[in-house]
Amino acid sequence: MSTQTAVAAQEQDAWEPRILVFCCNWCSYAGADLAGVSRLQMPPNFLVIRTMCSARVDVEFVLEAFAKGADGVLVAGCHPADCHYIGGNYRTRRRIALLRMLLEQYGFDPERLRLEWISASEGEKFQKTMVEFTETIKDIGPNPIKEE
Amino acid sequence: MSDKIKIAQYWAASCGGCDVALLDIDERILGVAELADIVFWPIAVDTKLKDVEALPDGYITATLFNGAIRNSENEYVAKLLRQKSKIMVAFGSCACFGGIPGLANITYADDIMDYVYNKTPSMDNPEGILPLVEYHAPEGDLELPEMYDTVKTLEDFVEVDYFMPGCPPTVDRINEFLDAVEKHVKEGAPLPPKGAVIASEKTLCDECGRKKEYRKLERVYLPHELDEIDPELCLLDQGIICMGPATRAGCGAKCVNVSQPCRGCFGPTSAALDHGGSMLSALASIFKVDESETKLSEEQIVELMSHIKDPLGTFYEYTMPVGLIKRAVREKRRSKA
Repeated sequence: MSTQTAVAAQEQDAWEPRILVFCCNWCSYAGADLAGVSRLQMPPNFLVIRTMCSARVDVEFVLEAFAKGADGVLVAGCHPADCHYIGGNYRTRRRIALLRMLLEQYGFDPERLRLEWISASEGEKFQKTMVEFTETIKDIGPNPIKEE
Repeated sequence: MSDKIKIAQYWAASCGGCDVALLDIDERILGVAELADIVFWPIAVDTKLKDVEALPDGYITATLFNGAIRNSENEYVAKLLRQKSKIMVAFGSCACFGGIPGLANITYADDIMDYVYNKTPSMDNPEGILPLVEYHAPEGDLELPEMYDTVKTLEDFVEVDYFMPGCPPTVDRINEFLDAVEKHVKEGAPLPPKGAVIASEKTLCDECGRKKEYRKLERVYLPHELDEIDPELCLLDQGIICMGPATRAGCGAKCVNVSQPCRGCFGPTSAALDHGGSMLSALASIFKVDESETKLSEEQIVELMSHIKDPLGTFYEYTMPVGLIKRAVREKRRSKA
């Protein structure tokens, strides 16, 4: 094995997913907090950004995250019919569905973008989601935009 | 030597419509000859690149550069004209945002070459010969420009003084700019601030005279799918995807006035990060939400949004090379699931 390929292989092994999580203020952020205070074990691969509603997550935020090299983006909001702003999460759901179509056209695996409904009492669901999503992203591999 | 201003116009990766637009400024074109000497304009006057190369730096008052930068020749001429010009104008959507040629960023140069020279049904090329950038023939060396993988904008290569969007720029905007240059030359009036976009700061919706009802959509239509398009009512209210909410005004709402939806050629306003992204948000939010919403499954939502057949082509028709994600990517490892 040449030095160059050895280094490349090493880097490949060392790669850890970087995931950006948008949590709505009213449900999912509290859910994530609950997961934390309950000391539920989660992979340390994600950063959380709190927004007032999942519908506050502009399409641009997600595109910029991918453009800057995020390997996965999770948008988490209140369950249907539970939105603090009545229907914000319905808009989010439509937007994310369309955005996943767009990402697929760009050549991304659409699984890199995920939407989950996580309530304030669902610390366990937050943990489970993060474990699963990190595995999914590990499977898909690094964001291909970083190589350009 | 006359004291006229000196103008150059060049055509990079574009369709030629911008050149025609410049000829389309009515009787004013006659005045242009009084105001300006045309130094270089391949489509209209017979000057060669070597003539431009021989000019002193800054000799040309203004270059109206149209077209995206797609190959090494485009890049070379852009840099050459920048060096020879006082004012560099990105003329038209392709020069400003990459325009329709920018949609080539959905694929790669090698894929395009392979399709054109091997896979096109009418192509007969058993040896798979592709064009070469250089070829040494006994009679001499031959060269072709190198096609780039990614279509880029003029600003990606040289400093641009003004942006004049539009596919093509409208007569009014061209006249506005020529007036400003003329006043600057004859009366010493200041030019617009550097980096200015010769258009409006508002969105097309602001300029459009159609009545807005803010209806909630059940589905979207292509203009030809409707028997009749109401000439008074907002096109989005009628289910036609119109880029008006996300697009800069300044065109005089020419398309929407004749019941054709805006396709976004004036690009985003300065407040938007990403033209297509802001339109996607807007469109996803105007589908009807009713009491059955909680019962809709994720699959049904995907089906609802699938009414929009080609999001990338629709939302980034003119602006893919200036979007947050400027070109398509290739995933290495696909999920096994």
